[in-house]
Amino acid sequence: MLKLPIYMDNHATTPVDPRVLDAMLPYFREHFGNAASRNHKFGWEAEEAVEQARKQIAELIGATAKEIVFTSGATESDNLAIRGAAYMYRDKGDHIITAVTEHKAVIDTCKRLEKEGFRVTYLPVQKDGLIDLGRLREAITDKTTLVTIMTANNEIGVVQPVAEIGAITRERGVLFHTDAVQAAGKIPFDVNAMKVDMASLSAHKMYGPKGVGALYVRRRNPRVLLTPIIEGGGHERGMRSGTLNVPGIVGFGKAAELCRTELAADMAHALALRDRLNAKLHEGLDELYINGSMEHRLPGNLNISFAYVEGESLLMGINDVAVSSGSACTSASLEPSYVLKALGAGDEMAHSSIRFGIGRFNTEEEVDYVAAKTVSVVRKLREMSPLYEMVKSGVDLSKMVWASH
Amino acid sequence: MAYSDKVVDHFNNPRNVGSLPKEDASVGTGLVGAPECGDVMKLQVRVNPATGVIDEAKFKTFGCGSAIASSSLATEWLKGKTVDEALAIKNTDIVAELSLPPVKVHCSVLAEDAIKAAIADFKRKQEAGQ
Repeated sequence: MLKLPIYMDNHATTPVDPRVLDAMLPYFREHFGNAASRNHKFGWEAEEAVEQARKQIAELIGATAKEIVFTSGATESDNLAIRGAAYMYRDKGDHIITAVTEHKAVIDTCKRLEKEGFRVTYLPVQKDGLIDLGRLREAITDKTTLVTIMTANNEIGVVQPVAEIGAITRERGVLFHTDAVQAAGKIPFDVNAMKVDMASLSAHKMYGPKGVGALYVRRRNPRVLLTPIIEGGGHERGMRSGTLNVPGIVGFGKAAELCRTELAADMAHALALRDRLNAKLHEGLDELYINGSMEHRLPGNLNISFAYVEGESLLMGINDVAVSSGSACTSASLEPSYVLKALGAGDEMAHSSIRFGIGRFNTEEEVDYVAAKTVSVVRKLREMSPLYEMVKSGVDLSKMVWASH
Repeated sequence: MAYSDKVVDHFNNPRNVGSLPKEDASVGTGLVGAPECGDVMKLQVRVNPATGVIDEAKFKTFGCGSAIASSSLATEWLKGKTVDEALAIKNTDIVAELSLPPVKVHCSVLAEDAIKAAIADFKRKQEAGQ
């Protein structure tokens, strides 16, 4: 039986896997200790559980347990990585390189550093959403200390050539941080194979709980040092003070273990459903535009612009399906998605975009429902769209002069 | 964001969707907004030449649910009004009727602009015809 509403917004967050919740519950009940309590059983149990989770998370990304620093989430991890490295290595240089399609946690952290006197290069992306490695090479100077480029984009799911970036930064002696929030647990991700020096992770994007994340910080070749941004009791090797969220961390560890052991099955499942959804939408509708590279993309991501239909009205029409849009009307800033704008397709394509995020718990039946519903709502809205009418009567919209407002 | 019941009703059952022949002397057409801004409204009125009363109003809108509801409501209000009465419709009336939140006020402004543009187009045709 199909249960409504359908959740297909797995880039925003993922449901907690029941096996993760089961692992967490004892750490709310009997094992409630503080992992920093060194002199009694409650503390020891909590610490042991945290160390177990550290190992599980490290294994997912090919790291060692000591290289995992727990945080409150990926926003904090991004802040710690970028600010922490910028401050620590300020004597070596004041230049950071990132890309225009990064998450706000990275972009706004870089903007803050610019106000503090650092210089930041924001690399553009190509039409397919990928950065140009040649431009990255050219952007690196002897003052560059850090390159921060996300692994997979949260809106368009485009996967950057992380291993190639890692090779360049390693050769040039520059640190490489990647926001791997959308990628880790979804596609193969290995910090050594990819020569990554820091990686931000989040539990709730991989079927774990909200409010817990991690930063991978390389300990050898090179050893990365960070200036902490949160001071206090010196937890997490002094890089991140604050009592550890033990149940959250236990859940994060379990979630990482499941993602590692089930990666191949999860990927095949998401890919099959994504391709099914894409095929059904294309069967039912013309003038669909996929945003970003289809080849270098997360298996569960489909970001499509439905030309001549505004995204928020489409969301309203498919209100028993939870997805999101790059339309300005759905954002707090009243600006359409800066990620889609960066692809250069024009603001109207951003306004018409829908992001489908397929995850572990979606089913074929759900995909079929979502596809059929989307097709019927897009058809209805196109019948109401003056743009669609104009195009069908032979008007070239790009030649129109609009009274903008 | 939650939508008011009236916005949802107009969105699900839009009134007067469609087009009138824009070359017709009794039809006024207003096309306002821009695709890159995320909303475009086309609003048309047919004015009875004998009475000066709007006897038909149609719209097509590319935009969010509130933009669609604003234009749908506008066409309802226009029918039966004289041209001068139509020009008296204010965006704030639409805001009040649909309980639009502050971020959606621009949708009502666009609807008012569309009414004014449609009537101006009709008047232009009348003057040109005389």
